[in-house]
Amino acid sequence: MLKSRPGKGTGKWTKVLVFLLCLAPFARLAWRFWMQDLTPNPLEYITHFTGNWTIRLLVATLAVTPLRKLLGVPDLIRFRRMVGLFAFFYGCLHFLTYLWFDKLFDFHEIWKDVAKRPFITAGFTALMLMVPLALTSTKGWIRRLGGKRWQRLHRLIYVSAVAAVVHYYWLVKSDIRLPVLYGSLVAVLLLYRLVTSLMRRARQRTAAMGAAPART
Amino acid sequence: MLIRKPADLRPADVTPKSVYLDRRKFLAAVPAAFLTARELLSPRGRALAGTKLNNVTKSPFSTTEQMTSPDVVTHYNNFYEFGTSKNEPSRNAQNFKTSPWTVSVEGDVAKPRKFSMDEILKLAPLEERIYRHRCVEGWSIVVPWIGYSLSALLNAVQPTAKAKYVAFESYWDLKQMPMARPDMAGIGFPYVEGLRLDEAMHPLALLSVGMYGETLPPQDGAPVRLVVPWKYGFKGIKSLVKIKLVSGQPSTTWNLANANEYGFYSNVNPDVDHPRWSQAKEQRLPSLFKNHPTQMFNGYASQVAGLYSGMNLKKNY
Repeated sequence: MLKSRPGKGTGKWTKVLVFLLCLAPFARLAWRFWMQDLTPNPLEYITHFTGNWTIRLLVATLAVTPLRKLLGVPDLIRFRRMVGLFAFFYGCLHFLTYLWFDKLFDFHEIWKDVAKRPFITAGFTALMLMVPLALTSTKGWIRRLGGKRWQRLHRLIYVSAVAAVVHYYWLVKSDIRLPVLYGSLVAVLLLYRLVTSLMRRARQRTAAMGAAPART
Repeated sequence: MLIRKPADLRPADVTPKSVYLDRRKFLAAVPAAFLTARELLSPRGRALAGTKLNNVTKSPFSTTEQMTSPDVVTHYNNFYEFGTSKNEPSRNAQNFKTSPWTVSVEGDVAKPRKFSMDEILKLAPLEERIYRHRCVEGWSIVVPWIGYSLSALLNAVQPTAKAKYVAFESYWDLKQMPMARPDMAGIGFPYVEGLRLDEAMHPLALLSVGMYGETLPPQDGAPVRLVVPWKYGFKGIKSLVKIKLVSGQPSTTWNLANANEYGFYSNVNPDVDHPRWSQAKEQRLPSLFKNHPTQMFNGYASQVAGLYSGMNLKKNY
């Protein structure tokens, strides 16, 4: 198992820095709102802005585990929860924009949208799957669920990220370059997990066949 | 179990329906008031930088609705030849060369010919027509276009009896429009559109050469474009170079890209949803809210509904 060593640590203030970095897009949006600089179509701008940042931060969250191993900086784990929660935060803003500015809380219309329009269904699914993850992101919940079960639950982020990319892909009119980019990133990050998990299993099997003591 | 009457609630305590419904208005009013206040504090106005058009008469076809500011209309454009983001055309089209320019009118016509821009500007008296413009994406604007009925141009070439449709084609030049590539924009080029001949001959169908008193800015389709106010905006093809009268229904760009979502007719219709969103409401830009009801044929039903009598508009979307 990888342990964080003080020499390879990420420093004391880095967490604050990452927090501010994740908050920066929101600050920018708030500033542009105040400056009346939300383009001629503020609804579209806010919707795309918050949606984009949700997907970017989901990708960043998924990238933490591979980057820890590839860069040899296990300490990166310190940021994973925060980045994931920020993804949820921007997802909520995205959803609120839709509920309020697009639909003016007309729940009849909203329900029709969620049921009838596949891209909305996908986006709604992506966000709903993030809710239990956000709720159980605390240390207390990890303890209550037990590490194994907690980890299994939090694999829902894989489904959420895929649903988010599908939502984006189904939404664009014709220029699919960005959704394809995010889709490829998510695919690579999930493929990494698949490959490492298969390799781990294969290793365990050879270890078991050789009757050698299992290594961790 | 004893169920007590709620003695503290009398009929008079029930929230009046108007107040109840006003919740929604209120929800919209707070940020809207804020945005308006900001607008008053920092008014912005950018000139179109075109040439002023003279001897323009007012048209009875104009709406009295409030016009959208030219700043919005010139900085929020769907013109994929200059980039797929709405803010790209205003930047990327600045050096678009629109002179010399000719429009070829050909096909099933008695007198096919090429028109120079000068000839187009003088073919018929210029009118200012303030039209509603509804995009298939769900937003709308009100624009004072300048031009004349397309029928004036079509009559000049005398369509033959064979002509049933009109096919339109946009200018396409990768040197001037490096982004006008199918692999980047996701649509084919050159951009093509079409109308039935009776639609094209309808007086509301406008051949436009200007807006807000000036010649068209490049990002809005300079030097000459089509405006069909009762149809979704993408039917209004920009930077026209070719008009061909034909006997069969012509291909149209968005229909080729996604036939499921963009039909040949594409009449504005609040009852026929786009497969991915409702068309019942629209955002009157620059409003933050999608709360403006969309009208049948974009409010031009009394003039154009007759063109489609007996047609199934759900099928012929």
